[in-house]
Amino acid sequence: MAGRMRLPQGGFVAHDELLTFTFNGKTYKGLAGDTLASALLANGIHMVGRSFKYHRPRGIVSAGGEEPNALMQVGDDPRSEPNLKATQVELVDGLKAKSQNAWPSLEFDVGALNGLASRFLPAGFYYKTFMWPASAWMTYEHFIRRAAGLGVSPRQRDPDRYDKTFAHCDVLVVGGGPAGLAAALSAGRAGARVILAEQDHLLGGALLNTQGEVIDGQPARDWIAAAEAELAALPEVRVLKRTICYAAFDHNFFGLVESVTDHLPRPPENLPRKRLWKLRTKQVVYCAGAIERPLVFADNDRPGVMTASAVQSYVNRYALRPGRRAVVFTNNDSGYGAALDMKAAGIEVAAVVDARQVPAGPLTERATALGLRILGGFAIVAVEGARRVKRVRVAELSLDGKTVTGVPEAIDCDLVASSGGWNPTVHLFCQAKGKLRWDDEHACFLPDAAMQTGQQSAGAANGRFGLGSCLREGTEAGAAAAAACGFAPSDTAASQAEDRDFLPGRWIWLVPGEHPLGHKAKHFVDQQNDVTAADLKLALREGYRSIEHVKRYTTTGMATDQGKMGNVNAIGIVADEVGGHLPEVGVTTFRPPYTPVTFGVFAGRDVDNLLDPVRRTPMHAWHERNGALFEDVGQWRRAWYYPQHGEDMHAAVNREVKAVRDSLGILDATTLGKIDIQGPDAAEFLNRVYTNAWLKLGIGRCRYGLMLKEDGMVMDDGVTTRLGEKHYLMTTTTGNAAAVLGHLEDYLQTEWPDLQVYLTSVTEQFATMTLSGPSARRLLADVSDADLSPEALPHMAYTAAKVAGVPARIFRISFTGELSYEINVPASFGMAVWQTLTTAGERYGITPYGTEAMHVLRAEKGYIIVGQETDGSVTPHDLGMDWAVSKTKDFVGRRSLSREDMARPDRKQLVGLLTKDPKEVLPEGAQLVEKVLPQPPMPMLGHVTSSYHSPNCGRSIAMALVKGGLARKGETLFAPLGDGRTIACVVADTCVFFDPEGERLK
Amino acid sequence: MLLIACPHCGPRAESEFHCGGEAHIERPKDPASLSDAEWAEFVFLRDNIKGLVFERWNHAHGCRRWFNAARDSVTYEILAIYPMGSPPPALDPRRYV
Repeated sequence: MAGRMRLPQGGFVAHDELLTFTFNGKTYKGLAGDTLASALLANGIHMVGRSFKYHRPRGIVSAGGEEPNALMQVGDDPRSEPNLKATQVELVDGLKAKSQNAWPSLEFDVGALNGLASRFLPAGFYYKTFMWPASAWMTYEHFIRRAAGLGVSPRQRDPDRYDKTFAHCDVLVVGGGPAGLAAALSAGRAGARVILAEQDHLLGGALLNTQGEVIDGQPARDWIAAAEAELAALPEVRVLKRTICYAAFDHNFFGLVESVTDHLPRPPENLPRKRLWKLRTKQVVYCAGAIERPLVFADNDRPGVMTASAVQSYVNRYALRPGRRAVVFTNNDSGYGAALDMKAAGIEVAAVVDARQVPAGPLTERATALGLRILGGFAIVAVEGARRVKRVRVAELSLDGKTVTGVPEAIDCDLVASSGGWNPTVHLFCQAKGKLRWDDEHACFLPDAAMQTGQQSAGAANGRFGLGSCLREGTEAGAAAAAACGFAPSDTAASQAEDRDFLPGRWIWLVPGEHPLGHKAKHFVDQQNDVTAADLKLALREGYRSIEHVKRYTTTGMATDQGKMGNVNAIGIVADEVGGHLPEVGVTTFRPPYTPVTFGVFAGRDVDNLLDPVRRTPMHAWHERNGALFEDVGQWRRAWYYPQHGEDMHAAVNREVKAVRDSLGILDATTLGKIDIQGPDAAEFLNRVYTNAWLKLGIGRCRYGLMLKEDGMVMDDGVTTRLGEKHYLMTTTTGNAAAVLGHLEDYLQTEWPDLQVYLTSVTEQFATMTLSGPSARRLLADVSDADLSPEALPHMAYTAAKVAGVPARIFRISFTGELSYEINVPASFGMAVWQTLTTAGERYGITPYGTEAMHVLRAEKGYIIVGQETDGSVTPHDLGMDWAVSKTKDFVGRRSLSREDMARPDRKQLVGLLTKDPKEVLPEGAQLVEKVLPQPPMPMLGHVTSSYHSPNCGRSIAMALVKGGLARKGETLFAPLGDGRTIACVVADTCVFFDPEGERLK
Repeated sequence: MLLIACPHCGPRAESEFHCGGEAHIERPKDPASLSDAEWAEFVFLRDNIKGLVFERWNHAHGCRRWFNAARDSVTYEILAIYPMGSPPPALDPRRYV
């Protein structure tokens, strides 16, 4: 037999299929169909962990996803996973599980000393104690977290694969209990495309946990099987088991996680471990059932105290006895279900302690008829037994339920089943912003108006607690959802069953104990976070009123279970304390996920090379062959520099920079954005989006343009060329290409739809290579049929010609200050032309140079890079580029340039900087000050935007944005660095450090 | 994630779209004639309405066309989709307290 507490037969476990597993290193047997929790209980193990703060022994409380205590570390590295709820882990052969939050062992736990010191650990203790000085928090946090034992993340890389899938359906049914099955059946029969998601591996929901339910005259078990078979046969219906709907987003978009292989001892290679479903549905029916609320009584966290429904589940579904002698503590009729089922399973029911003065209800009557000992108007006031319940003491409640009277009676027992009522599972409905209303009779929050269209709740999730009502409402909701999608209703009659509620109830949120609250015993509200009723009251005494604040101060309802069992009790206790009605206190916000989702699910296949698309130029392979190192610019991989013969970066860049000025360099500039602009109004359009004038640019001529946003700040720059009468080619910075195209399209479509202009991105259609240096003309003449004379093709001119036998566009433009030609050829010819140029260029000592050398070369000339010299707060005037701003026409951003703020003398302006020691290179980003103070803070004037060693200037050069910089020429500024050094530098007369007259461009 | 009915491509997920903010703010024909305050109103200031809002949307990863949408900023329900340059449809303002 798999465990000494196992029943010989019954339930939904395979009694002949033994599985072996280990818990904290010891080996046990379980059955196929077990969860880790049920297998442990079958072996008589209740105590499975230590609590978060006080390290109190804790047991399994529930049989589902609401479990606060039984958190496990399952599996070995690299497949080790923390914080799994034992109640949700399907048992597989060879499974290894460990308790969390116990050191060095579960039985002997050092942290339990916290329990002895617990009166020094009230709510907000960490906030009050460790937040000062703020700088020490990092140190405290390290130790607190280690002691708190939140599980251990695997140290190795996750070896599993995860998948994503997108799906659309007419009707999503969340939950495969009676209401969900009925909804899926009626919607499916009408012809709707239905997805039914059930977190369990069995359909049936709460029906799996009970005995003797009858639907349409047959055992519930048979009805479930028939429903499952019918759903499987409906072509448009899909049933997803082991699939939890963890999130409801806008417009009926849902996130679901399907567990594909965790339940398989040897998963096949071809399957992903889990699958993320991104599901859009027209209609949703929430049939997520309800979660039983435990009662809050003294030391209600002892191992062996469970919810009544969990006890029923373990007896009926998992065929085991969670104890030998039990006491039931209830305030409503449903607790008697556990009493009856336990008795039937041979568990002695010592007493049913019922908070109601007059116990009543159908199950109560059955228990009375069976002669069970029922203590009406009583409460459990104490629980004995540190590692397992040994005994409870019960006493009579006062009329108001706030105190107890008389001498308590001790009752020996090893199991307490508690029921405080039921909370409909409204989480997804609320994530979708649905409003709740309070049901006084059932003492629970129910779905009220849905915020989004196409959302219904049915069954226990909607406060229909009787089986007959669940089936009827599910049937109607499914039919209505299908009808809303345009399907004619099928003539489905709802299945019939008994309609038993759990009323009447006596709603006591806090059960009094033998001692004043907070003394000698603890009333736990949130077991996962070790929050007690006394903590809630402390928070109220300290002035917190909003339930959201009480939550954050006490941490009630946080962590992996998000207070599924404790939240409404907490709200009830707060309401009692402040003397208000419970709905006036309100609920905290429900946010995704409903239960934790492992990170791999979100990553899916978007890892490694698939994490982000990589863009490579047609010449990429050549750069690789020639030893280039690469840098990422946007999604592009750009050649950074080409080290040779063991050169370091500094040496390589120096060599490349020198070569361009001395003879000839070649740069792969393919990544620059290219936008083809055509149409009769193209010139007028350019005139409006650029700061300078464009109406008179001749065909075959190029012009530099500055583009602003409407706020007057520089957004992009680049050269635009007039290729033909109505045809222009704009270039943009590499990283900004998409943004610029979007910016232009926005104006064209929304502000100036009258302009006839057409924009096309052609960045990837052309390979671009730049020849730069004194020998550029000679090389190009060798391989091209173009007339390259300065008269025919002066600076800032364009011609179409053949280069290396390939049709090409040649632009004589320069970002280095040298004689330069930018050559565009169709992308597919890029590699061939590049190879021709580099081979033919050998006689001129052609040197490939990368982006780093390009940066140095342009900085020597004081050319800005948008995004480096600018940061969205810099105007053309700040850059000293008034020359590029028209005084006579309107353009995007122009009016902003004359705002009062733009005339402030202390605006940051771009200046050149020269260090006093020419060998010293300022770090980019260094802050500049007028005077160095002994320690920060000191008034900061600005920062270094670009800084390099310039081999051509024989010294370091830099640019910086400095407050009032243009008026500071000749001033000495200081850059105090993090390492204690201070670099002195002088504001230069100009940013142009090399060839200030521009002779070399001619 | 919203489901947005692009007038050219049909219903598509929000991740394909870019929201351009409040609609019906026309670029002034003669910016130079505006005071600083008036210009700042145009460039920087937008209403933040709880209820019916009119927004510009661009199907950036689809047809790349701009269009207008009327949306309830509380329920996120999209109440109308209409072309650029059209006046806003007459709809219940849906003001929430």
